[in-house]
Amino acid sequence: MQPAVVAAKDTVPDLVEIALSAQAVSAWYGSKLAIRDINLDFIRNSITALMGPSGCGKTTFLRCLNRIHESALDARTAGKVLLAGTNIYDADVNPVVTRRRIGMVFQRPNPFPTMSILENVTSGPRYTGMTNEPRELADLAEEALRRAALFDEVKDKLRDPALSLSGGQQQRLCIARALAVKPEVLLMDEPTSALDPLSTLKIEELMEHLAADFTVVIVTHNLQQAARVSHFTAFMLGDADRVGSVVEFAPTGEIFTHPKDSRTEDYITGRFG
Amino acid sequence: MIADSRLAPRRRLGGTAGILLTGFCSALAAGLLIVILGYVAIQGWGAINPAFVTQLPHPVGVPDGGVGNGIVGTIIIVAIAAVIAVPIGVLTGLYLAVYGRGLSAELIRFLAEVLSGVPSIAIGLFAYTICVKPFAHFSAFSASFAFAVLMLPLMIRTSEEAIRGVPTSIREGALALGLPDYGGVVHVVLPAARPLIVTGLLLAIARVTGETAPLLFTAFGSQFWELNPANPMAVLALQIFTYAISPYDDWHRQAWGGALLLILAVLVLNVGARLALGRHGKKS
Ligand SMILES: Nc1ncnc2c1ncn2[C@@H]1O[C@H](COP(=O)(O)OP(=O)(O)OP(=O)(O)O)[C@@H](O)[C@H]1O
Ligand SMILES: [Mg+2]
Repeated sequence: MQPAVVAAKDTVPDLVEIALSAQAVSAWYGSKLAIRDINLDFIRNSITALMGPSGCGKTTFLRCLNRIHESALDARTAGKVLLAGTNIYDADVNPVVTRRRIGMVFQRPNPFPTMSILENVTSGPRYTGMTNEPRELADLAEEALRRAALFDEVKDKLRDPALSLSGGQQQRLCIARALAVKPEVLLMDEPTSALDPLSTLKIEELMEHLAADFTVVIVTHNLQQAARVSHFTAFMLGDADRVGSVVEFAPTGEIFTHPKDSRTEDYITGRFG
Repeated sequence: MIADSRLAPRRRLGGTAGILLTGFCSALAAGLLIVILGYVAIQGWGAINPAFVTQLPHPVGVPDGGVGNGIVGTIIIVAIAAVIAVPIGVLTGLYLAVYGRGLSAELIRFLAEVLSGVPSIAIGLFAYTICVKPFAHFSAFSASFAFAVLMLPLMIRTSEEAIRGVPTSIREGALALGLPDYGGVVHVVLPAARPLIVTGLLLAIARVTGETAPLLFTAFGSQFWELNPANPMAVLALQIFTYAISPYDDWHRQAWGGALLLILAVLVLNVGARLALGRHGKKS
């Protein structure tokens, strides 16, 4: 597995900056080891896709990257995750502050149900103490909603309940909500798997622009989606019996045209998974 | 297949008998409720008029008079009880919902369950011992204290369930934004749980509004417009009790009137609880 990572790095210029680096990350649910010893670097302003069959640990790994895995009962993590060079698991690092720098979008849209569209987007800046100033909040909200390609659809009904939006709009609202706190990294766990094709297309389109300002890690089951939106792809394997780990990591073009590992090839040619 | 064909007729028979029996019991229960409500309505309706709900009680023999001070007293005592029981109940429910697996959580849950089964007169006696006796003075506040204790188990249980009912995805949404723990609870989780908590509060209020036993040696009753919770206060349920055991027909009539008012209040609270729940159901 290591050689694959090295190979991937060889293809990118030395100038690139590593925004987030997972080093020997393992995670447990109770006594069950779900992922083992994952090493991955995420390049600043790139989109990295995490791919692999169901149950291989993609979600678990993603949740280790912003320390949300540990919020579940009995869940535990080992290893290091360097954010701009600092290990977010160091004892003196506050996980709450870390999560502001590493945003997350979930598989199913999860707008805050009692809040309006506007309140959802401003909830981050407001309740994390970024600002309480209405003018600034409105500006932040507009910027985030524009980036999430939702502004034009909701600009006349910002005070409407968030739940009055369609599923696809709710998911873009959640993206806007995550962007409003201006994170450095954005983690997305199958953000389109619960959505119709049109909504999926909208989110894929907006993702292209996201990479200009953020480092994006996206879990996806959809090979075409990985091929379309990502610069790098990590292929993971694992199931109920075998602990999840990364099999291959390379620029997306390479993974899809010349996979080095036969198991990757099997997966992308649809022989299993 | 063979077993099926043999069993089917008997099962159908059992089914029919079951339907008859359960249906009969349901009809009996519903009928009983209707008879009680109807009887109270018929007996009480005549007593209810503007004077009855706005005036002070009159001495025996003086016509008219009302339970206005008892109505106000009931509202004051229940309101203070709610002010005590809501924060304690919601925070305890929150603790149970968040740290629900520890030994201490199990213990609290067990104690709340036991508390909900303690007879209200025992709780009244307790309130008397710590809120009345030391001051040698009956007070509305001591009644509120007893009511709060009665409301607490229900508030704790409904709050815990309401908070648990908030989907993990919503909680994690707040966490992932970088809200501090209390920020997520205050701004996201509790608002999402609020409709169910309000429902629980309304039911808890309905539960204590008609309680009489703990009032006997706490609020005690009063003939006056008493608004100060440090003093003895008139309460509707107490007035019903006093009037009902009196030998006077006019007072009996007023007892029925008071009972009808109480039932109507409880009915309104229950409907309110359902409405709060209904709105919640539609929303999510
Ligand atoms: N809360 C949990 N408790 C115990 N085991 C869990 C829990 N969540 C996940 N697992 C286990 O951890 C392993 C990895 O699960 P994970 O959800 O990370 O997979 P995934 O790759 O995201 O799958 P999918 O594509 O279906 O979302 C699986 O074997 C799963 O059974
Ligand atoms: Mg998953």
